[in-house]
Amino acid sequence: MIKDIKHWYGTGAPFIWLNAGAVAVSVIMVVGLLLLIAVRGMGHFWPHTVEEFTYRWGGEQIRLIGEIRDEERVSAQRLIDSGITLQDSEGEVTRYLMKIGNRDYYGADFRNIVAPLIVERHRPAELIAVERFEYGNFYGYLRAVKQAEAIVASGDAAWAALQESVERASGFRAEILQIEKKEIGSINYRLERLRLKERGFELKHALTPERVATIEQERQALQKEYDALSQKLQDLYQQIRRDSFIAEIQDGREAEIPLDKVVRVYQPNKMGLFAKLGFYISKLWEFVSADPREANTEGGIFPAIFGTVMMVMLMSVLVTPFGVVAAVYLREYARQGPVVRLVRIAVNNLAGVPSIVYGVFGLGFFVYFLGGNIDDLFFPEALPSPTFGTPGLLWASLTLALLTLPVVIVSTEEGLTRVPKAIREGSLALGATKAETLWRTVLPMASPAMMTGMILAVARAAGEVAPLMLVGVVKLAPSLPLDGNFPFLHMDRKFMHLGFHIYDVGFQSPNVEAARPLVYATALLLVIVIIVLNALAIYVRNRLRETYRALEH
Amino acid sequence: MNTSSEKLAGLIPDAAASIAVRRRKWRVLKDLIARYGIALGGISVIIAVLLIFFYLLYVVLPMFQPASMEQQAQYRLSSVQGETPLLLMLEEQAEIGSRFTDQGVIQYFDVRSGIDLHRFAIPMPGDATVSSIAEGALGTGVVALGLSNGQTVILRQLYDLSYPDDRRVITPRVEHPLGETPLTIDASGQSLHVLAVRNEEESVTIAAATSDDRVIVSSFEVAESMLGDVEVEQTTTELPSLAAKVTHLAISSDRRWLFASDAAGFVSLFDMRDPDDIALIGREAVTGGDERITAARMLLGGISLLIGTSEGRIEQWFPLRDEANNYSLVRVREFQKQDAAIIRILPEFQRKGFVTIDSSGELGIYHTTAQRTVLRERITDKPALQLAIAPRSDALLMLDAAGEFHFLEMHNKHPEVSWSALWQKVWYENYSKPEFIWQSSAANQDFEPKFSITPLAFGTLKAAFYAMIIAVPLAIMGAIFTAYFMHPRMRQMVKPTIEVMEALPTVILGFLAGLWLAPLMERNLPGVFALLLFIPIGILVAAYAWHRLPKTVRNSVPDGWQAAILIPVIVLIAWFSFGISGSLEDWFFKGDFRAWLTNDLGIGFDQRNSMVVGFAMGFAVIPTIFTITEDAIFGVPKHLTFGSLALGATPWQTLVRVVMPTASPGIFSAVMIGLGRAVGETMIVLMATGNTPIMDFNIFEGMRTLSANIAVEMPESEVNSTHYRILFLAGFVLFLFTFVLNTMAELVRQRLRKKYASL
Repeated sequence: MIKDIKHWYGTGAPFIWLNAGAVAVSVIMVVGLLLLIAVRGMGHFWPHTVEEFTYRWGGEQIRLIGEIRDEERVSAQRLIDSGITLQDSEGEVTRYLMKIGNRDYYGADFRNIVAPLIVERHRPAELIAVERFEYGNFYGYLRAVKQAEAIVASGDAAWAALQESVERASGFRAEILQIEKKEIGSINYRLERLRLKERGFELKHALTPERVATIEQERQALQKEYDALSQKLQDLYQQIRRDSFIAEIQDGREAEIPLDKVVRVYQPNKMGLFAKLGFYISKLWEFVSADPREANTEGGIFPAIFGTVMMVMLMSVLVTPFGVVAAVYLREYARQGPVVRLVRIAVNNLAGVPSIVYGVFGLGFFVYFLGGNIDDLFFPEALPSPTFGTPGLLWASLTLALLTLPVVIVSTEEGLTRVPKAIREGSLALGATKAETLWRTVLPMASPAMMTGMILAVARAAGEVAPLMLVGVVKLAPSLPLDGNFPFLHMDRKFMHLGFHIYDVGFQSPNVEAARPLVYATALLLVIVIIVLNALAIYVRNRLRETYRALEH
Repeated sequence: MNTSSEKLAGLIPDAAASIAVRRRKWRVLKDLIARYGIALGGISVIIAVLLIFFYLLYVVLPMFQPASMEQQAQYRLSSVQGETPLLLMLEEQAEIGSRFTDQGVIQYFDVRSGIDLHRFAIPMPGDATVSSIAEGALGTGVVALGLSNGQTVILRQLYDLSYPDDRRVITPRVEHPLGETPLTIDASGQSLHVLAVRNEEESVTIAAATSDDRVIVSSFEVAESMLGDVEVEQTTTELPSLAAKVTHLAISSDRRWLFASDAAGFVSLFDMRDPDDIALIGREAVTGGDERITAARMLLGGISLLIGTSEGRIEQWFPLRDEANNYSLVRVREFQKQDAAIIRILPEFQRKGFVTIDSSGELGIYHTTAQRTVLRERITDKPALQLAIAPRSDALLMLDAAGEFHFLEMHNKHPEVSWSALWQKVWYENYSKPEFIWQSSAANQDFEPKFSITPLAFGTLKAAFYAMIIAVPLAIMGAIFTAYFMHPRMRQMVKPTIEVMEALPTVILGFLAGLWLAPLMERNLPGVFALLLFIPIGILVAAYAWHRLPKTVRNSVPDGWQAAILIPVIVLIAWFSFGISGSLEDWFFKGDFRAWLTNDLGIGFDQRNSMVVGFAMGFAVIPTIFTITEDAIFGVPKHLTFGSLALGATPWQTLVRVVMPTASPGIFSAVMIGLGRAVGETMIVLMATGNTPIMDFNIFEGMRTLSANIAVEMPESEVNSTHYRILFLAGFVLFLFTFVLNTMAELVRQRLRKKYASL
């Protein structure tokens, strides 16, 4: 046996296996991480069952209603040390993290419970779960539905009446949203532009009485429009506040919840598989299409998706032409010598410079220096509040364009080198000029490489957060950078970003526990976007290689 | 044949035809346009990239520019004969100067022309003259006058701004916060020849030395009576007599400490916490021999005392508390010596800097925290008498013995930066010893900013170190196996996996590290260590077991699939290690590893610590190192390995003796590039550590890195302030560091590629 081991050791096999182990560990880490994000991210939208517990606490039995969110094994001794009475101090016990919701009544959303103290646990079908705009979820037993302070349905009829009321309220809500965000937003925007116009004339000492009169007239018109809308809004608010429902919560109190604060109601324990599936899909849709609520911890992430896409698109528009021109220059026009070699190394190395350095540069040069000067020259009427002299979409895109420039240059150059010499020479021999050769033969053949470069740049830009924190990302942007108000694309606006959303909600939010599932979902979305982009780049690259392999023969 | 060429000739115009010539010209022109257009575009992109470097430098450099001073005006004031100037002051905008004389007159004048603006006579009793004068807290405009009859007058200088005709007009005004009647300090009516005053809202403390060498401390509280009258409550205490004649007095900002320097060259510290029992805490020698103390003033913040001597020495002292809660007066630092006796020391109003003037007329500008001589300049060859500094530290007013006033503009933007302030231990106010501290801002204005980059650089290296400990072995070993032993089919699956790993946004890694990994590791610490121990052991055991399996089983799996076989083994080991974590805790660590660490070993523990960062950042760095190493090993020419194998070496021997030496420069450059990435990584460290700038190598505690520091503080820093520029400096350091690392690695790789090509 010993001899055998010695011989085995002598062949070097154990080291080979250790090396194999390193690969295995790396693969497990990647796959495990992706699985973790996928499971936690996807699981978030599935309706959890709501359970009712009878629990021993402080010498008496209490009722708890909520969802079990997590469980772990904890040593019994540690629990006893923290003041929980357990009969057995040996071994480990299971501790559940329970979401009890009703933050407006209990103060906290979550509560830890330990298995040995649970007397009874069951799932009453009639329990309702309510998603709200404020104070998180609500759990309880529906007792009655009220309309204009009068009970209209109670007992078994209440559920049907409640659903009807919720539908009615959400109709009004859509209308209110339309008026508040779109119409009133637009009026405010036009009022602000009027103010700037007036101030602009004033600065140029050209504020003649006629101009004052016209501006005043326009302002009056807008004010009138505004008054009409706000009257309409008031009516709508009165309508939406008509209904409410009464429910019994875990400590036996009766809570009255006005329906204007309700997003949706459901009875999770009654749902069948298909109902749950439908619920899942509607939640998923809400996630990608709705605005966030409750300090970003609930609702959707549409503005973040939109902001990321806008920023990345602007960035590619900026980076691709410049990157390609630089690569063409370096490869086709510049005299190949030590200087170009040095420049090439420098450009390569810029890809390794920490992204935060680009952020610092972007803030100093783009925002304060360029932006500040642009404000002085073109937007003096808005000063002292800056227009471009503050972090915003344009600067973020420019900064990331600079950051991803090396990616595009390196990739394009690689594509250009791969174009066989024979093709270039053939074209030149036929009498084409260098520019024609480039435009008609070389560039089309290198275009997949440019695409690869662009896709890789986009993938890198979509995941980059550190520089954006300095040059334009905010946790909650009041309006999208693209809307119906002239000039439609507002490059000076701040925007939201998926990556920053993860950082902000996961680390800056007051209620991390409640926000965590949403962060996982956001992370999953980001990972999917980036893996898809990378896969696309790999696919394009492989296609490109095959094309040239065919050409070389 | 003929017809077709004729046809062609019909289609293509003759080469000499004007249309062909024009077309050719146009084509050549297009070619030229393309050539120069692309050259221009290409070069400007490259310049834009270089701009990063130069812009960072452009922001950083002003910090290291020396201060400068220019004389703007020189004049004499019209003054009444026999008046001696006692004090000069400048107003906020540095437009109006004021001169206090011993006759109790304040003369206001335009500092740029010397034109008299206004004269104000301070109400004084009968034939008394002003025998001493002292300034109160900086920026409050409070001045106390000690009179020859033992009384004092306290007044406040105010300036009103008004804008008639859109022009700024500044009007001086004098207020008496304690009423116009002089207050009696010395009941016996001796002249007050040294005075110190410290005011805080409605109360004032005055210390005075009389001509018969007694020191008296008086506190005044302003109380409004029921009828709205202002009443002043006074408490007066006489200090125990000192061994020598008092020359200077100073009071700390909390009005607890009284510093008294005397003619013998000592400074005494008195504790005034109990006004009825003012105790002498200590008496320290500042000078020896014939040297005398010629100036003493509190620094901004009222903690440190600055002392100037007749030999031109300048020192900083403050009361220091030891562990037994006893105070003593200590010398904190000494500044560059001037050539003549220091006459005046004036603290800056907003920074921990000060200005001195000596009897030979030389001005000195210093900064305490940076221990830096910012500027020394001789303004006049006549001895200096008086000096005033503008509240914004942008102007000085000096009076020389010939009666000439000199108005100087001062440009001194970043005195707080010096090599020692950034990189060395600094003895900050209220600290017991010199330390490395980064603390850039606080709520109060007289805070001493602590700009030591050392803890940040240390944190950066610490994070990179732990990341590399995880990443280097895993990545290099994995790359070796993938490049040299792995079955091609498996290689096709592993490489994209690693590419995915590289593409994962670091914000996701950071989020998982902070919110998932950190609590997981905290709960299962023994399990984590067990995992690190069991994985190599388990792999070896599994390998040996595989070796002992019957041949038929072994042959069913072709060579090069070892990694796939190990995946379930490692998953099992991980599950087992975490499973026994609790039991390990019970057996070895009294049921709670964390408590055991802190109580028994005295090691601090944070949930978000270096180990978490090591794992998360290691994860981020692995693919970088892996890809480059794999490239280097895979690129080793095959005939080398075949030769070695043909000579009878085992694959492992071939790898160690032939492949590795050839590929080692590539591996080196892989590690360099990986290190560059670990040093600059921001989001992971930001999210997975507590971001406390500590200097401790403890694996269970966090750190703050240069990059995370920029991300945290940059949005709040004021543009072009010293803090802003220091953050740019941090960015510049990161830029240079990674750029140099990468260039080195790139050069090594290029040489390696050439070597492979020649082999």
